[in-house]
Amino acid sequence: MTIDWVNFTPWSALAGGILLGLASAAFILLNGRVLGISGILGGLLVPRRSDASWRVFFLMGLLVAPVTLALLAPTLIATPRIEANNAAIVAAGLLVGLGTRYGSGCTSGHGVCGLSRLSPRSMVATLAFMASGFLTVYVIRHLI
Amino acid sequence: MNRIAEFAVGLLFGWGLLVSGMTDPGKVLGFLDLAGAWDPSLALVMGGAILVGLLGFTLAKKRTRSFLGAAMHLPTARDIDRRLVLGSLTFGAGWGLAGFCPGPALVAMGAGIPKAALFVVSMIAGMLLFELFERQRRARTQ
Repeated sequence: MTIDWVNFTPWSALAGGILLGLASAAFILLNGRVLGISGILGGLLVPRRSDASWRVFFLMGLLVAPVTLALLAPTLIATPRIEANNAAIVAAGLLVGLGTRYGSGCTSGHGVCGLSRLSPRSMVATLAFMASGFLTVYVIRHLI
Repeated sequence: MNRIAEFAVGLLFGWGLLVSGMTDPGKVLGFLDLAGAWDPSLALVMGGAILVGLLGFTLAKKRTRSFLGAAMHLPTARDIDRRLVLGSLTFGAGWGLAGFCPGPALVAMGAGIPKAALFVVSMIAGMLLFELFERQRRARTQ
């Protein structure tokens, strides 16, 4: 293993992580909800749900984050580098949509909140999606 | 008050994703590429988030109502089953394929990046497929 020192950004990573932790703590303490993006979005797709409004308000906040941060601190935002072509993007989106709903969570709900709750279920889920992510990138970048 | 808090928390979480680098699929794939030049940044994102999260959830577990008076919806599921593991493995494959997970994809779509929007539309299609499969499964077992 070689470390990519050029792209390693410890301080912004730590600062961003602390913001994610603060948001997750604020959500459970103020609204009594686990901050899990796939669950919040997925819950909007089920009909007969009367709890749509909090999901919509949360997601609106998420969507306006780039515009507002660009006004406040534009230097903090990295330009996204997207290698995947459109076909891979569609396949990846389908896998993420299906997988997070069957697995009841994603990087936020299991990875951040679940591990913070010390939930064994979320630890298993996090280990599974991390292992699968490592393996997928290994296959794409080093085998194919 | 609750609606303002939900919006503000969404905003804060989005800022965290942007500052941390999670909204850049290149950064995420640099972390997931253990065999290449490995960028450990995302381990610090998770570490920082969990450090603060631990404090928040430790306090939350002791409460019966939230500070704004809402009911506490802490997860009750305990079972580690095939759905959890296979679902998470599937999610990880998609994550490794594009470098997007749900939150960062939504934020990048908010920034007006077309491929992020394509990812979000496909992800919603995947979630709707799940709802369809679940409905069929329930119909079979009834």
